[in-house]
Amino acid sequence: MAAITSSSFGHYSHAIVRGIPASLPAAALRIENQGEVNLENARREHAVYVETLKKLGLHVHELAADEQFPDCVFVEDAAVVVGGTALITRPGAPSRRKEVEVVKSVLEDLHLNVVEMQDESATLDGGDVLFTGKEIFVGMSKRTNQRGAEILADTFKDYAVSKIPVTDRLHLKTICGAAGPNVIVIGTGEAPQKVLKTMQQMSDYRYEKLTVPDDVAANCIYFNIPGKGNVLIHCAQEEFPESAKVFQKLKDYTLIPVPNSELAKVDGGLTCLSILINKSTEI
Amino acid sequence: MTTEGDTGVEVQKETEKSDEQPASPSHQQSPQSTSSSLENREERADSSGDQHQDTEAQSPPQGGGSPAGTPPSSKSSPSSDKKERNPSGGKGISRFLPSWRKKQRSQSQTSEEDAGKEEPAPVKEEETTADKDQNVKLEEEVVKSEEPKEEVDKQEKHSVSGSEAQPAREDGKEEKSDEKATDIKEDKVDSDEKIEPEEAKRETKEVQTVHTRMEKSPKKTPKKVKTVPCRVVLLDGTEYPCEIEKRSKGQVLFDKVCAHLNLLEKDYFGLTYRDSTDQKNWLDLIKDIKKQIRNYPWQFAFNVKFYPPDPSQLTEDITRYLLCLQLRQDIASGRLPCSFVTHALLGSYTLQAELGDYSADDQRLESISEFQFAPNQTKELEDKIMELHKTHRGLTPAMADSQFLENAKKLSMYGVDLHHAKDSEAVDIMLGVCANGLLIYKDRLRINRFAWPKILKISYKRSNFYIKIRPGETEHFESTIGFKLPSHRAAKRLWKVCVEHHTFFRLLSPEQPPKAKFLTLGSKFRYSGRTQAQTRQASTLIDRPAPYFERTSSKRISRSLDGPNTLPYAKKLDADLPEEFRPSEVTEWDGIKEMLRTLTIAPELSAADEDLIRDSTFDQPVSVNEVKPSASEPVLRDEKRSEELLSQPPELELHKETKISDENQKPEVKKKAEDLPLETVVNVETEGMPKLIPGGEKEVKQLAPQGEVCGRKDSTSSSDSSNESEGEEGGEYHTQTKLAENTIKEEEENEDMTQNEEPGKSPRTDTIQGTRAILVNSENVLNKELVFQNEVQEKMEDLMDKQVKKTEQHQKEEHPQVNGVMLHHETDDSIHIIQYTEPPVVKTEMVTISDASQKNEIATKEVPILHTETKTITYEAAETDGGGDNEPAMLLSAQTITSESISTTTTTHITKTVKGGISETRIEKRIVITGDADIDHDEALAQAIKEAKEQHPDMSVTRVVVHKETELTEEGED
Repeated sequence: MAAITSSSFGHYSHAIVRGIPASLPAAALRIENQGEVNLENARREHAVYVETLKKLGLHVHELAADEQFPDCVFVEDAAVVVGGTALITRPGAPSRRKEVEVVKSVLEDLHLNVVEMQDESATLDGGDVLFTGKEIFVGMSKRTNQRGAEILADTFKDYAVSKIPVTDRLHLKTICGAAGPNVIVIGTGEAPQKVLKTMQQMSDYRYEKLTVPDDVAANCIYFNIPGKGNVLIHCAQEEFPESAKVFQKLKDYTLIPVPNSELAKVDGGLTCLSILINKSTEI
Repeated sequence: MTTEGDTGVEVQKETEKSDEQPASPSHQQSPQSTSSSLENREERADSSGDQHQDTEAQSPPQGGGSPAGTPPSSKSSPSSDKKERNPSGGKGISRFLPSWRKKQRSQSQTSEEDAGKEEPAPVKEEETTADKDQNVKLEEEVVKSEEPKEEVDKQEKHSVSGSEAQPAREDGKEEKSDEKATDIKEDKVDSDEKIEPEEAKRETKEVQTVHTRMEKSPKKTPKKVKTVPCRVVLLDGTEYPCEIEKRSKGQVLFDKVCAHLNLLEKDYFGLTYRDSTDQKNWLDLIKDIKKQIRNYPWQFAFNVKFYPPDPSQLTEDITRYLLCLQLRQDIASGRLPCSFVTHALLGSYTLQAELGDYSADDQRLESISEFQFAPNQTKELEDKIMELHKTHRGLTPAMADSQFLENAKKLSMYGVDLHHAKDSEAVDIMLGVCANGLLIYKDRLRINRFAWPKILKISYKRSNFYIKIRPGETEHFESTIGFKLPSHRAAKRLWKVCVEHHTFFRLLSPEQPPKAKFLTLGSKFRYSGRTQAQTRQASTLIDRPAPYFERTSSKRISRSLDGPNTLPYAKKLDADLPEEFRPSEVTEWDGIKEMLRTLTIAPELSAADEDLIRDSTFDQPVSVNEVKPSASEPVLRDEKRSEELLSQPPELELHKETKISDENQKPEVKKKAEDLPLETVVNVETEGMPKLIPGGEKEVKQLAPQGEVCGRKDSTSSSDSSNESEGEEGGEYHTQTKLAENTIKEEEENEDMTQNEEPGKSPRTDTIQGTRAILVNSENVLNKELVFQNEVQEKMEDLMDKQVKKTEQHQKEEHPQVNGVMLHHETDDSIHIIQYTEPPVVKTEMVTISDASQKNEIATKEVPILHTETKTITYEAAETDGGGDNEPAMLLSAQTITSESISTTTTTHITKTVKGGISETRIEKRIVITGDADIDHDEALAQAIKEAKEQHPDMSVTRVVVHKETELTEEGED
């Protein structure tokens, strides 16, 4: 039903988030050193993020941080939820493999069709999965391999699942985002443009592209909230002023800039911080 | 099912034991095939036995959904017909048979039952004897009527599926232990057997059967129209039986089915059949059915061929309904994968369409599990479907169907035709053909996608499938990607599907097949139906009240489901029913062959003839004088339409016609023409070339000798190559061959054109462009080349005409002598110069060659085998290589003749071909046909081409030149 109609894209009823462990600043994985994370500021920004979700009417499941998993705040990587189906991933970083357990239990409590990635040769990070409302792109990054992508494709049978090579970046969604049923946000850098070109070739659909000067600023979250219409959570103006201006060109959108300066230092984007679920359309 | 299992065991035993008992086949026939006296007997004697047989024969095909034993009755009306018919035949047979058959029986029975059940050998012997007997009988019994048929059927069945048939019989025998029944069965067989001792085997049987068929066929259907029973499994799972003339094209059957369905928007649909390897093939509607489906019975399935991307644009609800039925099959079989949610949603719309509004006390809901909504259906799914069904209250069936389609069309695999393949690294992948292009999958993961605009050429060779990709923005060279398919047939099948999908979805009108047939060596296949744009246009004209149709329950669908189920059924059917038809067909076929021999026209050739005729008629005759100027004019035409490119040959033909009119005695000329053409042609080239190109003389000379040699080779090797050519080892299809106008979305064709040309060609291209800018813009390089070649050839020929005329005249004089032979007459009728050279189309293959590794391999392999391929290769090589050395020479010649400069180029290609012929041998043969005034030029040309093809199956007709003597002389003067 709604599951395969693009009109349902952006409809969410629930969200899963997880606190920031104190171990994050020191132990969280990162591609390169982008400065030290201020834990307090990070938690403050995260609180804004969670509050924003609540204001949008979502039931937010706040999971406690686990000090064993410095990266556990990035719950997105633990599961891919599209429609009524949730695929529990097998994160590419071995240190994060057990983060999925708690997430899985929550998803099961929500009575989603939970699918686990049993294959031990497969790896998949949720951050590599971009759902546009019509199809799925899966980034082939250091965290996601072919087998993981195949399992992803086999799990979400309704949708075309196309693999997109990702180089030099952590995840596919590090450099792109979906700002609506037909809108893809992409950075101007070489890597994002290459990704865009591949996506265009692989897709049966035509998307409008929204190009932002800051690659990382392309990461955004689209909602379609009853009564509010298009809502977009995107980067804060203080962090990426030029990119924020680009978002402001979107018409008929409720724009919600959310700060993410601290977690961005460990390659965390806005989407990384939550798993969004549409329970109302789910069976 | 249980019965099946039991029988199955027995069958195996018996099959081994008695591979081919005559009686057994009869039993099998009886259930499904209509008229077999054996059946009648059996039915009477052994009801149980019949059931067993029926179950065995029919139940497996149906797929076990239906109760065993019932299937026969439900499925085949033919069975009933058979029964009805049988009584008379059977009775008649029984009358005749009893005396001697019984005797035979006793012998045969003893041997069969006693030893036969346990030992295969005896049975075989009996069969062999039976065959012989049958032959004898058949001759004798022709008068009798149906017995021969039955016997023949038996024999055929034996040959086809003797093992299966036998088991059923024996089972019946064993179980019943009624000797009478068995006796009866055996009697029939035995009688045959006894007549002649055990000697002949199946081979002999087949031969005999053929004879018998010959004899019988006249009896049943007074020789008039031989009809073949067809069974078409419709989308609702029912079977539509019909009789169709044996020689019918696929279109006849398809139209019949569509009429039965009351379907007007039929271009989205097609008929499928299973080949010997159980692969699904689309019936080509413009070809004879019998040339496509080789095994009997004729069993087809009506299916959606082109899934409309937007079903809401279909005009009629009945069309949408049929599409829904197809999709329900696709979904239930797993071919169209979808999630649980989607299964539930689509299932709920199915219920709404078939049952109407949900009602709690509806008993029908209890049987929801009888519907098949998904490959793996769970109670959870059914509950969800019911839950959703409640929400659809008020939707009419048509609305529910529309909703069903609106959701189904969004599925990623909607309308994707998947083919197994391996990539260059031997990794298993899937190639999916859809409305938008070609999709590459690894498992379910899409790993690449090539939209139609991105694809320049589609080709296959052997089991390799190639796509040539338009260069990207940053790339300067097109790349060719090769895939390995399981078999040659699979590669061809995929290629055809691609050609059809590209044409249907991306073009405004289909490419004209005649062109391809005329010039191409590889597969001539093109999509001949209407494109989506055309069918939509036509749909707007539909003006009728919405036809009433009954929605059948998908419960049936769930059982009979897909092709796979039908397949086994078909196989069994082969054993049972078709025999009657088979014999008749065989006889017909033989007769046809004989006819062909006498006529010297092969069936395929006939098709080609038709095309040729069309071509010839297509263009208005052009005076010879005009021909030269035509070089410039043709280009313009080409620009207008790719089809027009084809037209040039026709023009040439017209000229020929004029000549022909002068001389009536075309036919006889052939022999001379055959002999003469080679020499004359060579001479012509040598002579003509020097004139055109001072520097090119050497080259020309070289060519000439080779040409002669080649010609000889052709004659000798033609037979060998013919088989291969029939197999169509390869085929090419240029997606952009058509005019830009014809494509629905054209993005980069201009770029392509420039890009297509290879670096070596550039100089030539430039010159060409300068003279004919229009062509360049609108047409692909390929088209250009075609035009040029044609023009060049014409000019060349004109030059050569003088000589040719002389030879022709001599031939003409001789013709009268030859007149006695029809074949020769035909060829000779028109004055044609037919060169068997590489078709202009060959350029496409050049692309293939461009592929580094694979192409090379292919070339080396193919060269020895197929001349055609070699030719093509040569051509390509010529073009690519030609850019460097030879072209300049060509250009010089071109200078001699203004517009003909192009022709010079062509010549060069030839030369290069010769030079480059390292691994490639080019064979050229020219046939000069001289005719007088009254000759039908079209026919003459067609016949000439036919003959040429027959003689040199591996070669293709590159050019046809028609000269008028007067004109020719004039030209020569010029």
